[in-house]
Amino acid sequence: MKKHYKFEIDCANCAAKVEDAIKKIDGVNNATVSFMTQKLTLDADDACFDEILQKVVATAKKIEPDCELHL
Amino acid sequence: MTLSKKQRKMRNRILIAAALLVLVKLLPLTGWVRGLCCLAPYFIIGYDVLRKAALGIVNGQVFDENFLMALATVGAYATGEFDEAVFVMLFYQTGELFQDYAVGKSRTSIAALMDIRPDTANLETENGLETVDPEDVAVGSVIVVKPGERVPLDGTVLEGSSTLDTAALTGESLPRSIRVGDDIISGCVNLTGLLRVTVTKPCEESTVSKILELVENSSEKKAVSEQFITRFAKYYTPCVVYAALALFLIPTVLLAVLPTLPGFLAGTVWTDWLHRALTFLVISCPCALVISVPLSFFGGIGGASKCGILVKGGNYLEALAKADTVVFDKTGTLTKGTFAVSAVHPEAGFEADQVLEYAALAEQYSTHPIAVSLREACKSGMDRSRVANVEEIAGHGIMAEVDGKRVGVGNSRLMERQSVNWLPCELPGTIVHVTIDGFYAGHIVIADQPKPDAKEAIVQLKAMGVKKTVMLTGDTKEVAHTVADALGLDEYHAELLPADKVTRVEELLKQETGKLAFVGDGINDAPVLTRADIGIAMGGLGSDAAIEAADIVLMDDQPTKIAAAIRIARKTVRIVRENIVFALMVKAIVLVMGALGKAPMWLAVFADVGVAFLAILNAMRCLYTEKDKK
Repeated sequence: MKKHYKFEIDCANCAAKVEDAIKKIDGVNNATVSFMTQKLTLDADDACFDEILQKVVATAKKIEPDCELHL
Repeated sequence: MTLSKKQRKMRNRILIAAALLVLVKLLPLTGWVRGLCCLAPYFIIGYDVLRKAALGIVNGQVFDENFLMALATVGAYATGEFDEAVFVMLFYQTGELFQDYAVGKSRTSIAALMDIRPDTANLETENGLETVDPEDVAVGSVIVVKPGERVPLDGTVLEGSSTLDTAALTGESLPRSIRVGDDIISGCVNLTGLLRVTVTKPCEESTVSKILELVENSSEKKAVSEQFITRFAKYYTPCVVYAALALFLIPTVLLAVLPTLPGFLAGTVWTDWLHRALTFLVISCPCALVISVPLSFFGGIGGASKCGILVKGGNYLEALAKADTVVFDKTGTLTKGTFAVSAVHPEAGFEADQVLEYAALAEQYSTHPIAVSLREACKSGMDRSRVANVEEIAGHGIMAEVDGKRVGVGNSRLMERQSVNWLPCELPGTIVHVTIDGFYAGHIVIADQPKPDAKEAIVQLKAMGVKKTVMLTGDTKEVAHTVADALGLDEYHAELLPADKVTRVEELLKQETGKLAFVGDGINDAPVLTRADIGIAMGGLGSDAAIEAADIVLMDDQPTKIAAAIRIARKTVRIVRENIVFALMVKAIVLVMGALGKAPMWLAVFADVGVAFLAILNAMRCLYTEKDKK
């Protein structure tokens, strides 16, 4: 399943780092964070999508505490 | 200049901290008292950086920009450089504010470009007109579009006629006229008349929604140079941080151990080296690099869409810049795909105009494409009273009486049926023979016409260094040869089935060193569009298949837009390169100066945020295309 989210993040490098970290989460097939459009595109396994999403938020917050994912 | 709430707060913090810093400078304070006084502006300006740095340590994010800035300024503070610590933080935050503002500004200007989806639709209901959200309009309902309004949904015109401004979709400034029964596309502006429109597609499937989705998601497909720069940043920061550590530790140890000092250590103490190392930390922030590349591509994609060129990702823009082979489909791409009279060859004793007029009159009731093109080519008006006894002979043509004369219009079989000696024609196309009162009057050649700007497109492509232009067609060799010759193409391959086109493109792909772009009209060439390095579909307005299969969609059907797209792609890639080289060079120079102790810390801050700001300004040039210069 592929979904788009609005993702507020203030710095371009953090966006790249967050993207990198999200890609490494188990069950994530692919992810892109666009600093320009402030968007997160998440492609993850259907079965545990919500669980993965939780992990995504936690990972993002760890790298950039001020980021915000609008679900 | 309008600032967001966050930005206004930052501006105020900067102003207060700056004022306090000046005040401390003016007061005759020394030593630790001065250090204590500097704490006030330092915390005002840097508390968020310090907070994030602390969080970074907790979360193990030590190569974080905030952590590096905090470490550098705390280090400066610890070595007694109070003013500098405050100033560096102040300068950094100011730079960040500018950067934030510039990025926000570019975001809004690109968003404004994409502001083509109306928020409301005028829905006809039992209680008269109601203003509703386009999403709530069901397929089959009737909406009213007033002059000056943007068409909210795709549909067919039920009542009224008008002209449409399609500039937002196609970049074409010439208005398009529209009548009852015509399809109307969302995103166009209704210019003159009131229109009643039957909605044919739900909001999320409308043309305008599709275009917006396409452009908004384009930043998902990242260009190679964008991937390169983020990967580079990943190694750059740790490397510079370790270098900073080495820059501090090695001289300090040497200073302590060596009895006689070598040249570069002479006259220095360990705090000098600490200071230089801290400067390194500031330079190690990679934001300038990372921000400028995606911004440039985003700007380029925005600028292209302003010209009616939709690009599905930065990677395609990058590939297009390297295109040196352009392969065209013929029908509908280089040619109009409709028939028109290309020549009239009268026999001795007949005038060309007369032959054409008689043929057009005889064919005036027919809806056959050939009849339509005959009527279009005939300059005089159609006077129906001049024609009588029209008789259609299936597979042959038409016999009719025009001005009392017996006129036959048709193919060679009709001529043989009338036992008339007809002449073959050397021109490619469909030949229509004409007889008047049993005499052979001549023939008319009807062929698919090249688009008016097709030749110009090839000339432009050649001028910009495209090595090879190739045409693929399912048409006959003769037709292909004539078109290829007329347009100045390098190569053509005729009589191809759709599958052969894929094979041909694969062969060309093997030969080429650069990238290969294939341009088609999106109808039954989807496999080729996918196979080519860059698939470009033309006339994307309304064609879902084209939007799906292609990497780049030209909203109108002008071949010159291909050259325009390549120009935009090259400009974008050039700006990306400028930004990368500029940022890397400034960083390298400041690193060397820093190691030699010649770079003050504020210069290091400039190498980070200042360069980022300049790179953003440069990137914004991508947004301005040739269309703005007109």
